[in-house]
Amino acid sequence: MQTVKMVITGPFSSGKTEFIRSISEIDVVTTEQGISKDTAEALVKSQTTVAMDFGRITVDEDLTLYLFGTPGQRRFDFMWEILAEGMLGFVVMVDSAKPETFREAKSILETFRAYAPTPYVVAANKQDHPDAWDPEDLRIALRIEEDVKLLPCVAKDKESVKNVLLELLYSILEEMEP
Amino acid sequence: MPLQANLQDISPTQVLNLVNLAGKTGMLTVYEGIATGEMDAMNKPKQKAGDERCRIAFKGGKLIHATAGADQESDLIAVLNRAGKLSDSQVKIIRERAKSSSDKAIALLLINANYATQNDIVTSIQQHMLEVVHNMLTWRDGPFRFDDDTMPSSDRILVPLDVENIILEYTRRAKENDQLMRELPDLNVSLKFPENAKEKFKGVHLSVEEWRVVSFVNPKNSIKQIAKANNMSDMEIRRIVYGLMMANLVQVMKPDTSGAGAAKSPAASGASAAAAATKQRQARKAQVQSSVVNKLIDKIKSL
Repeated sequence: MQTVKMVITGPFSSGKTEFIRSISEIDVVTTEQGISKDTAEALVKSQTTVAMDFGRITVDEDLTLYLFGTPGQRRFDFMWEILAEGMLGFVVMVDSAKPETFREAKSILETFRAYAPTPYVVAANKQDHPDAWDPEDLRIALRIEEDVKLLPCVAKDKESVKNVLLELLYSILEEMEP
Repeated sequence: MPLQANLQDISPTQVLNLVNLAGKTGMLTVYEGIATGEMDAMNKPKQKAGDERCRIAFKGGKLIHATAGADQESDLIAVLNRAGKLSDSQVKIIRERAKSSSDKAIALLLINANYATQNDIVTSIQQHMLEVVHNMLTWRDGPFRFDDDTMPSSDRILVPLDVENIILEYTRRAKENDQLMRELPDLNVSLKFPENAKEKFKGVHLSVEEWRVVSFVNPKNSIKQIAKANNMSDMEIRRIVYGLMMANLVQVMKPDTSGAGAAKSPAASGASAAAAATKQRQARKAQVQSSVVNKLIDKIKSL
């Protein structure tokens, strides 16, 4: 039985849990806890992922894909390296409607790139939000090179999530070709 | 008539103090010293001026501009690149598009295009000027001259800095560097995480630089290699590693030379046979993985 792993990362409230929930065949194993009431994050959502989200896609009896979502809050970032170990590739989720989180997203992207030189894609999430930035504007704001895939995404839409994962897999495949 | 002397006879700190106290306006240029083979009246080897090492401009005793080495190394694009505000690919594009533009025009362009803020630009230039001057303060010899009323070209961005503060900061850094040299004299050692690292890292917020170092911690990577991989100077890496050691987040150990680590370059000796074997292993691995990836693609398409 072979298992492969992909990591879904991004800033707090960028939609990582939702992304995994949309595609996982099992109920996402999530380790969320309430956010302290006196923090700025508490105004955004009441619970946050503290260790990881865990989703699964079984390909056949010999192969299973695991999706791990990283904790979004910086104080849990000691978990990142552990989650990144052995990953096939990673997705960086960005909340397209929250420009104040772009810098954090870029910083997380750079951190994961330092862990392992694996392929990655950037998902411009919440494209259904009226204030969402266009993916190409996001590319400029995040200073992402032209050869990196920056994909529009709505994490609660399964087709959109499938598209992001497929594009990441195509990048992985390209990387393997001699 | 310019003031000319050698840093052997008048130290860099004294030169800066002199210019500052006299409220001078002009340009200090320091050169590489080339030995002439003769001795001066004080029986010290005579030097003549070689290549320029740095140029430092003053206005009314205040430092306003500093460049080191070739001119392009100190232009605004290079300064912002070193400060991490522009990536290498951005530098390439800007250099192609704005070949003959002045630093001031480029600054305006970058601010308007939201590539950098005014504060980013001023802070990066200040940082660069401090690096040039702090570096110059470590030199023990080299001919120099001070030309009254000579100023940098008008396209350069001038940022005034107090010389007294620079000298005080340099003195503080010199003391800190001495201590770091004593604590971490050898950078050819490796780092490892202590036992129950997860517990120790809980609640600790690392800076970006610390995080970069931590991400390379591995018995196979020497501190020197980690510095090289992160483009850090010896002193920068010493300061960060010392901080992490004091917080008990990393420990120093002898390097594990049994294999190549993430920041390690492959060993030169016997490389060809080993490289061929590795290549074969990688090819086999890639073959397995590409079939796995194809399976994953088919599965996700079918969902």
